[in-house]
Amino acid sequence: MTALSALLLRDMRLAVRVGGGALMGVLFFLIVVTLVPFAVGPDLAQLRRIGPAILWLGALLASLLTLDRLLAADHEDGSLDLILMGGTPLELAVLAKAVAHWVASCLPLVVATPLLGLFLNLEPLAIGAVALTLLAGTPALTCIGLIGAALSVALRRGGLLLPVLVLPLTVPVLIFGVAASNAAVAGPMSFGAPFLILCALSLGSLVLGPFAAAAALRHGLE
Amino acid sequence: MALIDLANPTRFLALAARVLPWLAAATALAFAAGLYLVWFTTPDDYQQGATVKIMFIHVPNAWLAMGVWTVMSIASIGTLVWRHPLADVAAKSAAPLGAAFTFLALVTGSLWGRPMWGTYWVWDARLTSVLVLLLMYLGVIALWRTVDDPSRAGRAAAILTLVGAVNLPVIKFSVDWWNTLHQPASVLRAGGPAIHPAILTPLLVMAIAFVLLFVTLHLAAMRNEILRRRVRSMWLMQAHAAQGA
Repeated sequence: MTALSALLLRDMRLAVRVGGGALMGVLFFLIVVTLVPFAVGPDLAQLRRIGPAILWLGALLASLLTLDRLLAADHEDGSLDLILMGGTPLELAVLAKAVAHWVASCLPLVVATPLLGLFLNLEPLAIGAVALTLLAGTPALTCIGLIGAALSVALRRGGLLLPVLVLPLTVPVLIFGVAASNAAVAGPMSFGAPFLILCALSLGSLVLGPFAAAAALRHGLE
Repeated sequence: MALIDLANPTRFLALAARVLPWLAAATALAFAAGLYLVWFTTPDDYQQGATVKIMFIHVPNAWLAMGVWTVMSIASIGTLVWRHPLADVAAKSAAPLGAAFTFLALVTGSLWGRPMWGTYWVWDARLTSVLVLLLMYLGVIALWRTVDDPSRAGRAAAILTLVGAVNLPVIKFSVDWWNTLHQPASVLRAGGPAIHPAILTPLLVMAIAFVLLFVTLHLAAMRNEILRRRVRSMWLMQAHAAQGA
């Protein structure tokens, strides 16, 4: 247990200190949201209508941005080999790394959502719904991304491959995240059903992700 | 001959050389019979006219688009669990074929959609999930092409294939759900008319022809992959010898 918490703390410290990319994701999120009005026009009514979709897309892309460092940095300095050889089960170790990554990179996105929602002229209810769905859905993005990161860790061009592998698998999360956010504001569906499915997707990937990632690491690095 | 005997690539090559001409002939025969039935015996649809004949190409391709991923998943289990030496060869050579069948299903579907729906593309649930399937095929192929050592690439691609196999039903379900939420089923009638035997028989013959085509091409591609790996290891040996000298 202490090994896991040490790993968790170490990863979070690394992410927030110099050289870590924790806040890079939020900056990227801000830039994506800023770019959207230039593309679709500054019409506030339209922005309000597509706001939840923009926020979800921005968060999805921003959470991808930092994924390639999730395991690659440890691979480069050799600590990944120590984790592989250590006594802690690899599945739990990569889960700890994913949790640390989620806290350092995805939680800031959720925190930044209300501010960006104001830019897009969202009502308070919609802002709350988007923030809540992001809170529930980003663990799924991190865990699916974890698989991609583990598959591409030892590759020279892994950073390029990662989004190609990961993005098709995130389709369900995006669908239910945006659907729940829209349902909270406009209906006709209830907020509950898509939100619960979103939670189910997160829980499911929380199980699948670490096992697949650990298998990929064992087979990939030998 | 048991599956384990085929672990010896030489034995597999001998088998492939014996079987391939017969398979190719059977494929050609099935296509000839199927196309004859399609062009000369099936009636035109009373609503769709002659364009309904696109279905005889489109539907088998769509079936194979899903079937090939199943073949790849089984091969991936073979790679990860039994370490069968030919499993990753089978998975690797199936991926481009599956992508091609998926692509053909999309193209024929969109050519069919143009006269029927008045547009080449609609964000219909089925079309969208097949498009995501194509993206996943391309992802697997990209992974194969990024790792230079074939056995390591094989295991990575096997994990990705199995993750994809777990996710594909979820994606299919969520895309269906998304589509019914966003637009009513106005473009594609749910259900549709029951299929008359005059249509069903040629369709099944064409499906058999396409399955035979896949088996033939897959065997040939596996043979090529084995030969390619032999050439690669010969090059590596040569390079090592040159280094040592």
